[in-house]
Amino acid sequence: MQAVEKAIKEKARALLADGTVDRVLGWEKGEYCYDNTPAVFTEEDIDRLVYNSFCGANLSKYLIAESKKEGRVLALLKPCDTYSFNQLIKEHRIDREKVYVLGVPCHGIADVEKLNVKGIKGIESIAEDGGRLTVQTMYGEKECELNDVLLERCLSCKGPEYMAADDTVEDPAPVELRKHDRFGMVEKLMQMTPDERFEFWRSELSKCIRCNACRNVCPACSCLKCVFDNDASGVSSKANVDTFEENMFHIIRAFHVAGRCTDCGECSRVCPQGIPLHLLNRKFIKDINENYGEYQAGADDSSPWPLVSYTQDDVEPGKMEGGKN
Amino acid sequence: MQIEKQETGEFKPLIVAFCCNWCSYAGADLAGTSRLNYPANVKIIRVPCSCRVNPLFILRAFQRGADGVIINGCHPGDCHYSTGNYYARRRMALLFSMLEYLGIEKGRTRVEWVSAAEGQRFAQVMNEFVETIYHLGENKRLEDLRCKR
Amino acid sequence: MQKIAMDRISEFYSAMAAERALYLPLKKRGAVNFGRWQEGADVDIDALHTVKSPKDLFFPQSEDIVAFKMKGKEIEIDAPDTPDEPFAVFGVRACDARAMEVLDRVFLSEPVDTYYRARRENGVVITLACTAPEETCFCSVFGIDPAQPGGDVSTWLSGGFLYLKAVTEKGEAFLAGLTPLEEANDAEIEPAVRALEETMERLPLKDLDLTGIDGNATEKLFGSEQWAELSRACLGCGTCTYICPTCQCYDIRDFDTGKEIRRYRCWDSCMYSDFTRMAHGNPRKSQVERFRQRFMHKLVYFPANNDGMYSCVGCGRCVAKCPISMNIVKVAKALGAEARK
Repeated sequence: MQAVEKAIKEKARALLADGTVDRVLGWEKGEYCYDNTPAVFTEEDIDRLVYNSFCGANLSKYLIAESKKEGRVLALLKPCDTYSFNQLIKEHRIDREKVYVLGVPCHGIADVEKLNVKGIKGIESIAEDGGRLTVQTMYGEKECELNDVLLERCLSCKGPEYMAADDTVEDPAPVELRKHDRFGMVEKLMQMTPDERFEFWRSELSKCIRCNACRNVCPACSCLKCVFDNDASGVSSKANVDTFEENMFHIIRAFHVAGRCTDCGECSRVCPQGIPLHLLNRKFIKDINENYGEYQAGADDSSPWPLVSYTQDDVEPGKMEGGKN
Repeated sequence: MQIEKQETGEFKPLIVAFCCNWCSYAGADLAGTSRLNYPANVKIIRVPCSCRVNPLFILRAFQRGADGVIINGCHPGDCHYSTGNYYARRRMALLFSMLEYLGIEKGRTRVEWVSAAEGQRFAQVMNEFVETIYHLGENKRLEDLRCKR
Repeated sequence: MQKIAMDRISEFYSAMAAERALYLPLKKRGAVNFGRWQEGADVDIDALHTVKSPKDLFFPQSEDIVAFKMKGKEIEIDAPDTPDEPFAVFGVRACDARAMEVLDRVFLSEPVDTYYRARRENGVVITLACTAPEETCFCSVFGIDPAQPGGDVSTWLSGGFLYLKAVTEKGEAFLAGLTPLEEANDAEIEPAVRALEETMERLPLKDLDLTGIDGNATEKLFGSEQWAELSRACLGCGTCTYICPTCQCYDIRDFDTGKEIRRYRCWDSCMYSDFTRMAHGNPRKSQVERFRQRFMHKLVYFPANNDGMYSCVGCGRCVAKCPISMNIVKVAKALGAEARK
């Protein structure tokens, strides 16, 4: 990825120099080797830009604010980020003219939590060599395969193609597309009895601390004021005061992004309690695919999404299979 | 609004019925003027169109003590606003599937298309739905304990 | 000092639970949080941190404070009883134990928070010395020694035993009632303490310099131009505040159950748009101001009002969990350089 980072910086410098763009939206190196933060750079500080297997944050949502500012911004988008970008263009949230999209290749994003679960803790530095990570920790050197510690979303990678890009950085060593059953866990849940499913979701959702990270990071959650922040709605709450609220928040949030969710997986990435929120979104995606035709949100920037269209012979409510009974 | 529950005796399911102003609500009226019987514990909420029903309304009904929620709209093709019920159909199909996925009993929610002329059918649908909920029992999985006190 | 073999640890848990309700780190679907122990619970005392801190046990995320309803023309008021269940919390790390001192400053100074005080009095805090600190730890910056974790009873893991030592009278009384414990020598934990000290020397953040960031720096730091840049990527979520062991802001809200109004208090986050909202709106209109508030409170305002005590204990939770990896360490580094200029 070092070669890619170098190429990104070269392209960015050239675009800044010839005035095509005024600033660059990318990731800045953090305190450690893995905690990169989204940041905006200009010619002076573009050296601080970093690109590696820990640039997980999907930058497309920042473009809502960035494209409202003066000048043009160069946005570094990984292939899966371009889906979110397209969806936001479709919803007229981003001014396309003010964004120059540079597609950057991705080999999968590593999940530090998964490293920890593998017993790799006290991380001091991480060296990437092909698909292998060599981790120096406070407790000795550890090794693992990038493929074993990928974020959930990367296991069902949508592929290396960019859905929107003004220019791209070439991938010097493309990796094979990971073949993972995207709906495997959803199907497994559907095969359970209703009691087991209820138990599964209770134990997951009861962990929720209502920090709203899933909502705030979600590129599809772009309402100026969320219903859960509206006192007058009667549903606004800052804590899960009752088990009902744990369910309600997540059902409504998943429903509100149904058909618009690109399955970028940011919700599951940021959840401090590790709730597999993507399993809610994927259920909707699966239902949509099976009943209204295959649909990938963000694959284009203009087609109407499934919940704003209909056919005369759509399936009747209650006939769609939510799970075994 | 709080739905008052029967404090004692056998379980009498509480049903919230969202009825479209143009068809089902008139259908309910017709059922009434035709002196057809359906249980009194069906509480009707009139909405301008079945597509006005936000998933939040349904969850809120459960929160406030409903045991079953039914949405009634015009027959597909007959919507007063041409297409409202088509959208409602997609939304509710997805929502109900999600509720089932979360382990909420299938059948606690329902959509029926009832026209203004179908007073008989309205009463029949309500009787059937109350029966279904009676067998499913009290809503425990989407209840808010604060409202039960 | 007393000890118990780790292979008999569940006897120890049973003995504690027989005395009073026992809370300790439990693993539930991959996440470790404090929970109530019962036979067969999945206890995880190896986890460095629970996701949520033990502050939840003394200052719950939400609690009812009063309920009222109309009875004819009268208003009937119903206040819940002061919490009175005796409990013990085991597995509290040194940083979290210090965090309780921070919370004490807030809730036990006049006017005293009676609910908090009741829980503090009812609770026995059993701390646990760290064995494997991680790169996110920086408690030593605040003068915390994880080898002397404090609380009412301190415990150490060493050579397959859990060693216990009462620190306060309350702790002593609690230990006296526990039968499965054997006598032990203070010297037995020496190797573990020394190993921990060595590890602490290797922590990358051990030299985090807070010089210049203190209660006297209000004007200089408040006006810093770096806030805009530091807060730019902030999502405005409440992760950092809700997992923080010292964040103590709360909101009081009403919930209409249809039969009555239930007034409850719940944690609030200065990162939220409706934090401290008044009739005219939120005094902090943008995320820059909200972000600044959080860090100024921890590093400047709190020490200004509490004899120099920072309201950060270096537990590193926010460092590990921030969705965009912007945290108090980065802020302190950026501002420290400016403050010392």
